[in-house]
Amino acid sequence: MAGTLAPRRRTAARPARGPAARRRAPRMQAAPTPWLFLLPALAACLLFSLYPFANTVLLAFTDARTLEPGSFTGTDNFTRMAEDHRFWLALRNGALYVLGVVPPLVLLPLLLALLVRDRGPGIGLFRTLFYTPVIASAVVVGLIWTWVLDSRGLVNGTLQALGAITRPIPFLTDEWLLLASAMVVTVWKGLGYYMVIYLATLNRVPQELHEAAQVDGAGAVRRFLVVTLPAMRTTMILISVLSAVSAFRVFTEIFILSNDTAGPGGRDITLVMLIREVSSGLDGQVGYGAALSLVLFGLTLGLLLAVLRLQTGRRGSR
Amino acid sequence: MSAPTAAARPVRVRRSTRRRAGTALRYGLLLLVAAISIGPFLWQLSTALKGLGEDIYAVPPRFLPAEPTGGNFLRVGEVLPVWTYVWNSVRVALATVLLNVVGAALAGYALARLRFRGRRAALGVFVLALLVPGEAIMVALFLMMRSVNLHDTLVAVVLPGMIGALNVLLMYNAFLAQPRELDEAAMIDGADAWKRFTRIALPSVKGTLAVVAIFAFMGAWDDFLWPLIVLSDTDNYTLTIGLNYLKGTFVGDQRLIAAGTVIAVAPLVVLFLALQRYFFRGVNEGAVKG
Repeated sequence: MAGTLAPRRRTAARPARGPAARRRAPRMQAAPTPWLFLLPALAACLLFSLYPFANTVLLAFTDARTLEPGSFTGTDNFTRMAEDHRFWLALRNGALYVLGVVPPLVLLPLLLALLVRDRGPGIGLFRTLFYTPVIASAVVVGLIWTWVLDSRGLVNGTLQALGAITRPIPFLTDEWLLLASAMVVTVWKGLGYYMVIYLATLNRVPQELHEAAQVDGAGAVRRFLVVTLPAMRTTMILISVLSAVSAFRVFTEIFILSNDTAGPGGRDITLVMLIREVSSGLDGQVGYGAALSLVLFGLTLGLLLAVLRLQTGRRGSR
Repeated sequence: MSAPTAAARPVRVRRSTRRRAGTALRYGLLLLVAAISIGPFLWQLSTALKGLGEDIYAVPPRFLPAEPTGGNFLRVGEVLPVWTYVWNSVRVALATVLLNVVGAALAGYALARLRFRGRRAALGVFVLALLVPGEAIMVALFLMMRSVNLHDTLVAVVLPGMIGALNVLLMYNAFLAQPRELDEAAMIDGADAWKRFTRIALPSVKGTLAVVAIFAFMGAWDDFLWPLIVLSDTDNYTLTIGLNYLKGTFVGDQRLIAAGTVIAVAPLVVLFLALQRYFFRGVNEGAVKG
């Protein structure tokens, strides 16, 4: 996609018919029209994305409250952050989340894509089934899994019936198990989404490469390692960054699974949860919330820039 | 038996048994993953259909309701205005779809097909907007909605997502892919930009328009964090916020929560089944290109 975003240059110059005509040059023909076309979308992006972002930057250096504009306090919010143990907890949980969620979201969807790539009886149905968790909202998915992982839910009930456990496993009430459960939910919900991205890339691997490797006597595993994996490299990088960025912004899964808290003792808090918590209410510390938002933005942007660089690097090497 | 066939046969036999074993393994894995993908949904549906007389905590868990009943769907409407929430979500989702489709198509067309000064700057605005995650600006957005007294309204729920920058860029790409000659021929025939847009350009990007519409609907219907922040009056709740509220109010009755989630997910499942090819459009395009 990045390649097609490059603007097209006009090559054919129009014959000039004197200075006056040239000033009303054809490239400007019907000048207001393009801007009328652009107006709604441009206004939306400026008003509801870039302007609030600029405001976030300004607010981050103030002690503003929801109902008071506050005053400039320099980097106070950021020094406060360094001493806020919940901020460090949120960073820790975000980092753990990225580490726990990214590897399975890079590998498992690729395996799924390989399973449903070739046409066969029922394959279309399997694709559909694998994609279903993607369309459900995170809230619905969170509620479904809350019930599955409940102390008297499906998993604990089954394990108890099998005699594997005597007491229910506290999936939703233990600091670490809750975090792990939320990761499972995130992976479960993301599998189908990334599978589709892999499928699109798999379809572009030239069949001849596989055939050539087969002629050379390479088995299925070897063909996967030698032909498929290298062809998937860019997509794998893209998916690891996409999933890492969204993993750092996790909110709903933990919020719902922990029953609107941040886990036992608030120890499963994430950055987004913290931002919402400190800024909400009529006396919300929106200045501090904005400073936290800037940190969130910086972390996600860093990852996005990394992927852009990798993308252009790939184009350059071809 | 002659030597060559004796040598050839075992190989072929081994190949075909291996292939059959491979197919069996493949379908075994497919079924396992399908069970993991769909199982939790079915468990929820099963719970929603279980009557008050049935023990939902039975050990071992019973997957099929003994006497399936639709009573929970009626009861959930009695304890909470669920149908009002559905209606709120429908309005939010439809408005989001309409604004995104119209806004993104217009802007994408101008960027791809019209020549004017400032075009690259406009393109830059959309790319920049794409880089700003919604979570990082929600505080400022909330203050903004408060300052114009729009907080706690459905309008405020719709506004931030009214025209996604990504959708503009998707439409831009779709229009770029059209042959330029068509446009130029129409220009020579004296068609103005609006006519070229509606008569020539739009009809050939229906597929991308559908993708934009579907994902806009899904995004609006599924959104949770922003409505949670901007809505406070329970009458204004969208379905996702309502479900979260339902969980907090009636923790005891898992059947009602299950019924609520079924109501929330059913429209999307129908939409998905009906319009599957657009969800997998990228896949099929890849097939054509490859």
